[in-house]
Parts: sequence; structure tokens; C-alpha cells
Amino acid sequence: MSPGTIVGVVSCSGECCALGTVSRVATRLVLEDLRRSNTTTICLPLFLAGGEGERMFAKAYPTISVDGCGKECAKRAIEKYSNRTASSIVVEDLLENWGLAEPTSRRELDEDGLEAAKRVAEEIAATIDSILLRGRRVERA
Amino acid sequence: MNKQILIIPCSGIGKAFGTISRDATFRVVEDLRRGEPDTICLSLLVMGDEEAKGKVQSCKCIAVDGCPLECARKNIELSGGAPAASFRVVDLLREYRDLRPQRVTFLDEDGRKLSAILAEKIASKVDELGKEGLAQ
Repeated sequence: MSPGTIVGVVSCSGECCALGTVSRVATRLVLEDLRRSNTTTICLPLFLAGGEGERMFAKAYPTISVDGCGKECAKRAIEKYSNRTASSIVVEDLLENWGLAEPTSRRELDEDGLEAAKRVAEEIAATIDSILLRGRRVERA
Repeated sequence: MNKQILIIPCSGIGKAFGTISRDATFRVVEDLRRGEPDTICLSLLVMGDEEAKGKVQSCKCIAVDGCPLECARKNIELSGGAPAASFRVVDLLREYRDLRPQRVTFLDEDGRKLSAILAEKIASKVDELGKEGLAQ
């Protein structure tokens, strides 16, 4: 496994609002379906609690933070304890750009919430492709 | 005055256990004991948010962890709180060996059953902690 072949996606999974649920579901959709062969995730609470393996991974491999709101806990955590994120996504901003309302239920996304999560997942997947492409160009150079 | 009760799940993302911890917490907060306990973002707490830390220090906290690493319980303690109770999904699995949750993103039937069982246990603890508050 070399840094040019895998990307870590770190979701905030915030419990305060449904945006955290969207961040979580979108991240899992990428892992399980859209980019399953070249993506992994890190358990943010474990990372924050001092998980050495998680912190080492985020130091050595490119990561994408996926935060629900503008507090950007996932991004700040990675940059505080490991390295700069290769890219960061804020679900709240994406939904605003797309003119979508914040889902109402934190526990289970409704149809609109699930559609939003799928769109966020597509955005994450496109970001992964761009990071991997960049990595391959650097390797070739 | 009764202390507010906070239920804090780990929401771990790698296995079904974390999803069960999260789902059970929301079952209690949004349904079984709606309007009584609350929850907060664990990641916000651990990033040192002063408001979140203040809540944890002043409320009765229930930690709900998926795995034995107990990130929720440990992070409550690191933030200056003292968990009044803690639950672990792995312990529940030992009690209900016939249930084998597999799916992470959306819980399967076994995951939903475990979440419902765990939510009832948490709700009972909420009642117990509430009574303790009245007795003080």
C-alpha cells in the first residue's frame, strides 16, 4: 500500500444535528460502494483519543475530512494531530450550494436526506479521484 | 434542581457496533425519553469546545461505546466529566449471541434488534439517574 493508492476519508459523524448523519452515511457509501478498493476510513473518536495507528495513517496518507457543519471537527483534528488534509468537505456548505434543506432526522435519513448523502458521496469520490490522479502525476514526474 | 442527563455515543464508523451505539442513543433522545436527556457531538467535545466541556462537567453523562476501546467513556473523563453510567455494544453481543449485526451504514435486522434492546437499557438508566436527582 503506497500513499498514491489509498485515501483516508474521515467523517465527523456529529451527533448534534442531521448534517453529521449525512457526513457519516456519505462516507460509508464511498467506502462500501463508490470507491471501495482505494479508500479507507478512520474512527474519529479513536483518532482523537490517541489511536497511534490512526494518527500515523493520517500522517503518511492523503486524507479527506467530511464535516457536517462549519465547526469542522474532523478537519481540525487531523491537522492538529497528524497532517494537513488533502481536501476538506463541509456538508452544510454543499447543501447550501445545491439549494437543499438540512434533513430533519438525525437517526434515519429520509428520502431527501439520503439523496443528499448520495450527492455528497459523489463529491467525495470525485475528490478521491483527483487526489489519486495528482499522486500518480507526482510519481511519474 | 435535577441535573440534565447527556447520552454520548462513540458513533464509531468502522463496524456495526458504532452504528448501534449511535442508533440506540437517538432512539432514547428522540423517542423513548424525548425531551429529557440530550446528546452532544463527541468530536466537538474532544476538540476542546468549551461549551461542550462545560455540559459534560455539569451533567450526568451516560457513555455508549461500541467496542472495548471505549472512546466515549474515555473522552468524557478526559474532558473533566465523570460518567454516571456506561454501556458497551460488545457486552450486549455476549448476552445475545444469536444476534450478529453485519451492516454498518444502515443497520440490518439484527443490528436494529440490538439497538432497540440497548435503547431500553439506556432509557431505564435515564429513569434511575432521574430518580437519584430527585432524592438528593
